[in-house]
Amino acid sequence: MSSTNTTTVGTIGAPSRRNTELAMLLFAVLIPVFAYVNVGLAKDGSVPAGVLGYALGLGLLAGVAHLVVRKWAPYADPLMLPIATLLNGLGLVFIWRLDQEPAITTKQLGGAMAPGQLMWSTLGVGLFLAVLVFLKDHRVLQRYTYISMVVALALLIAPVFFPARFGARIWITIPGIGGLQPGEFAKIIIAIFFAGYLMVKRDALALASRRFMGMYLPRGRDLGPILVIWALSLMILVFETDLGTSLLFFGLFVVMLYVATERTSWIVFGLLLSGGGAVAVATFESHVQVRVHNWLNPLELASNGGVTETAQSMYSFGSGGIMGSGLGQGYSRLIGGIAPKSDYILATVGEETGLAGLMGVLLLYGLLIERGIRTALAARDPFGKLLAIGLSGAFALQVFVVAGGVTGLIPLTGMTMPFLAQGGSSVIANWALVAILLRISDTARRPAPAPAPSTDAEMTQVVRP
Amino acid sequence: MSELTLTVMRLGFLAVLWLFVIVAVQVIRSDLFGTRVTQRGAARRGGSEARAQRQAAPPQQQRRQDGGRGNNRQRRGAPTKLVVSEGSLTGTTVALQGQTISLGRAHDSTIVLDDDYASSRHARIYPDRDGQWIVEDLGSTNGTYLDRTRLTTPTPIPLGAPIRIGKTVIELRK
Repeated sequence: MSSTNTTTVGTIGAPSRRNTELAMLLFAVLIPVFAYVNVGLAKDGSVPAGVLGYALGLGLLAGVAHLVVRKWAPYADPLMLPIATLLNGLGLVFIWRLDQEPAITTKQLGGAMAPGQLMWSTLGVGLFLAVLVFLKDHRVLQRYTYISMVVALALLIAPVFFPARFGARIWITIPGIGGLQPGEFAKIIIAIFFAGYLMVKRDALALASRRFMGMYLPRGRDLGPILVIWALSLMILVFETDLGTSLLFFGLFVVMLYVATERTSWIVFGLLLSGGGAVAVATFESHVQVRVHNWLNPLELASNGGVTETAQSMYSFGSGGIMGSGLGQGYSRLIGGIAPKSDYILATVGEETGLAGLMGVLLLYGLLIERGIRTALAARDPFGKLLAIGLSGAFALQVFVVAGGVTGLIPLTGMTMPFLAQGGSSVIANWALVAILLRISDTARRPAPAPAPSTDAEMTQVVRP
Repeated sequence: MSELTLTVMRLGFLAVLWLFVIVAVQVIRSDLFGTRVTQRGAARRGGSEARAQRQAAPPQQQRRQDGGRGNNRQRRGAPTKLVVSEGSLTGTTVALQGQTISLGRAHDSTIVLDDDYASSRHARIYPDRDGQWIVEDLGSTNGTYLDRTRLTTPTPIPLGAPIRIGKTVIELRK
């Protein structure tokens, strides 16, 4: 080691970056307002009357969120809040834009949905603020490892006892209030459980293994947890007939197992198990068969003689082309029902803003996930690392499952695009998810405290009786 | 609404959306923190000599200024830099600006030691209230040596005295 390198090492403290966040937030509010005006001009030829109220409302939500972050999480990541605000704002504009189509805004379909979505977004930001104010340290969540397992299981199993809606049992119906998708909340709670569990067990899972064909094979008894989660996710698939939730939970576990143990073999096992399980279930579950059939033959005529929704969403993307038809000038209403507002909102984005806009939106999701993974890298405690990876992994899997389903890469599932699509549970849960990530990133980026004056260095030491 | 206005708005929306993405990436780029490593000398060879010097100049000036300020505040003859004189990091310098310098194999240390005999948080070097630099062993496995003596308590560092951690030797210089 005689090589002489002449490098200078200096330290750069982590700046708080709150002013950057404020500037980005302002930008993030202006883009949806611009889109809102654009839709109004395209549909009616005039600036919509509600634009001032919409701008002030979104600005107020963002401003309050910013002030709370400034007060309670001053060192948090500067990009997560602006990106979440932008996605939520764009989602509101797209839902409002689809509300302008009389054909899909009838009484039977629930009428206009933008006001409801605005209310859910406000509740979501409220939960975001509550998490930031009351969750002083994310390590508190570690105490509730096994309680969160029980709660998550209860949330996952509960929809079985309620009637299926749109072909999948992922709803809890509360009479008089409406539906709730517990899976959205369960994904946060189960990430807490996985993080707490794997933090304790990862050494046993990582080290006790034999090497075989360049891969580390875990011992039989260490396969227990992955088999239990696999069985559980298959049961979700069988009883709730929802591929999305099933894929999300098993995928999340495999991702966190891989990150905790650094063993590629877990990914191989995970892919084999999920592939085998999905094929096995698809042989007897008719709902899954229909979804897979539509995915393999998207252009086949549906049972009523029309084209399938899968085909219609592909036509939307095709009609949008590279630059899109312009906001408010697409025909995604032809998909019919409320699907364009929830499951197929990406089809509207793809048609009206084109490939360029869709890629921009997907990049925003990518940046949000990147910031989450960066938080995991910067976090100092193993629980925070695993939790941040779990939450951003769940978010990433959800984006993949929905975007993949709508674009025809994988069979369509019943999940919603985070922040963008219509759906109260989804928007509330994802704001809470972003709040926990911000809390972890605040702890991770906070400068280390100054070294305490060492008592050993004193000349004389007082010995008290 | 005229076709032209709508076309302009359509392209304008895509432009601002992508502008947001690009600005966000710029924020990420400026968001790097931790330790800054400035390469000197190596880049000065060849045709890009002038450019390399221009890049290298500001940190050097800055360090001289900081050193000068440090001298005013501290006693005369206080060290201005920490130099690694043996081991795999030979030649690395750290400007002493009143900050705590952590040494160890942990990746967030100021000086990350790639040394089999170093602990992940091995030792730290910090100024006390009078500006005297102190070295403290953080309970390392193989110990920190000042000259030939193994450290047990935080000890002031004389100028030029070798601090030995595994195969790495560090000294303070003016």
